[in-house]
Amino acid sequence: MKKEIDLTQVRYIAHLSRLELSPEEEEKFTEQLAKILSYVNKLREVNTENVPPTFHVLPLKNIFRDDKLNLSLSQEEALSNAPKHKYKQFQVPRIIG
Amino acid sequence: MNYQVNIGLEVHVELSTKTKLFCGCSTQFGAPPNTQICPVCLGLPGVLPVINKKAVKFTIITALALNCQISKFCRFSRKNYYYPDLPKNYQISQYEEPLAKNGYLEIILNKRKKRIGIERVHLEEDAGKLVHGTNPEDIKFSFVDYNRCGIPLMEIVSCPDISSPEEAYIYLIELRKILRYLKVSDCNMEEGSLRCDANISLTLPGEKMGTKTELKNMNSFKEIKDGLSAEIERQSHLLNKGEKIIQETRLWDPKKKKTISMRGKEEAQDYRYFPEPDLLPLEISKEWENNLRLSLPELPQQKYRRFIQEYGLPEYDAGVITNSQEIADYFEKCVKYYHHPKIVSNWIMGEILRLLKEENISIEKIKVSPEKMGELLKEIEKGVISRNLAKDILSKMFKTGKSASQIIKEDGSQQLSDEKKLKKLVDEVIKENPEAIESIRKGKKKAVGFLIGEVMKKTKGKANPRLVNNLLKEELEENL
Repeated sequence: MKKEIDLTQVRYIAHLSRLELSPEEEEKFTEQLAKILSYVNKLREVNTENVPPTFHVLPLKNIFRDDKLNLSLSQEEALSNAPKHKYKQFQVPRIIG
Repeated sequence: MNYQVNIGLEVHVELSTKTKLFCGCSTQFGAPPNTQICPVCLGLPGVLPVINKKAVKFTIITALALNCQISKFCRFSRKNYYYPDLPKNYQISQYEEPLAKNGYLEIILNKRKKRIGIERVHLEEDAGKLVHGTNPEDIKFSFVDYNRCGIPLMEIVSCPDISSPEEAYIYLIELRKILRYLKVSDCNMEEGSLRCDANISLTLPGEKMGTKTELKNMNSFKEIKDGLSAEIERQSHLLNKGEKIIQETRLWDPKKKKTISMRGKEEAQDYRYFPEPDLLPLEISKEWENNLRLSLPELPQQKYRRFIQEYGLPEYDAGVITNSQEIADYFEKCVKYYHHPKIVSNWIMGEILRLLKEENISIEKIKVSPEKMGELLKEIEKGVISRNLAKDILSKMFKTGKSASQIIKEDGSQQLSDEKKLKKLVDEVIKENPEAIESIRKGKKKAVGFLIGEVMKKTKGKANPRLVNNLLKEELEENL
């Protein structure tokens, strides 16, 4: 069977997800992801020629809400889970110079 | 070399709904940081977004005004990227199935019409606001306010049909006018409710389109014009030297007046869009589309043409008056009370717009009702007040909301047309200014104007200028 995923792809995905992986983890995840993909690939065996694509598992559409105000969190609650905050704002490492 | 310029604009507009796109948090600008957020717009686990119907309606209305085809079926996608302005690490946007596509906007440049294609109009959520630390102890940090996160953002993407910075400028002015007529956004650039990025490429005639760059960080229409000019100059300079354009994102630096490469972000963008599983698809019925089409107001260009035809306004006047729907409405109401459209338009373009600007108020809050404005203009026509006096009276009306007749009564500012009184004043002035008389005798006609001015001074501007002029001429002829 053709290999579904290789080390380069795992490193690329890890980078896009901002994950730092050890070389062991990279190996391990390559293997695991390949297994997952080949399992999901079983679906390809099903004949779907006359089946329209499913956009959503629920047979619903056009579920709207009105433009009405709802309560927001208090500032304290909003910041309560932040590892760091200052000036009532979430503090993060500086990204751009 | 003479390159053909291709510019496409991506305009982001914050819709003026009361609440956010997927939750009931307020969209009010200027609230203290992180006071208008909830589990939904923070993307906490397990929450479910539900779309704001008004935001969808505003987007469809805009798309219809831009002559677009409305999609019968559309859905949302997740655009994945890691940046602290988005707490979810993805933005809910639209990708393959925008709400609308294939429209156009007509602009007029040097009296010639040109259609700029609209590729798509879609709906997405805005991101939070990052402020980079400036204090020495904060220099390694940025601070995030998520109030803006989740505010409905409409993206309007033009085709690369724009062929100069001037055209881009006019396109934006026209687009903003339409958005304001539709009342879907206040389009305030300072508050970030209208933002614009540009794609630019240069092409030699007969060749296929050149490599484009994306230009960001332009914070006013003027900066957009300047930024585009600078980028066109940079690209043509490189091409003339035989060098290649690198496809990249560049930032406009308004201080250095040039565009700078946004290094570090050069890796290919990979947003891994996939359908948003938490939202249900939208099916826009023909009925809804037709109802919204019928609800469209008269658009700026239709109004402009009507004002020329119906009121006989010059093109320039029609342009200024229809710049804002509220000014246009005020004009039409005034004309009902005073049937000389050109005179009304002169007073609105001159005095009214000046007073509004000086006092920094909008026409909706003006104290001079159209009826009172009409009355003032009638007083001038009857000769009760001079045009100059009317200007003073108007600024008093503007401040107090009183009517012209009331102010004239209170100030005794009725125009002085009593011939006997005026003749006496004219005689006085002639006696008091022998040098002026001497100059007139020597043929200097200018001094006549000076004498008229002196009479006006004595009457605090109330004298009927035509009468003074006649009286003065008679007296001078006798004396000389």
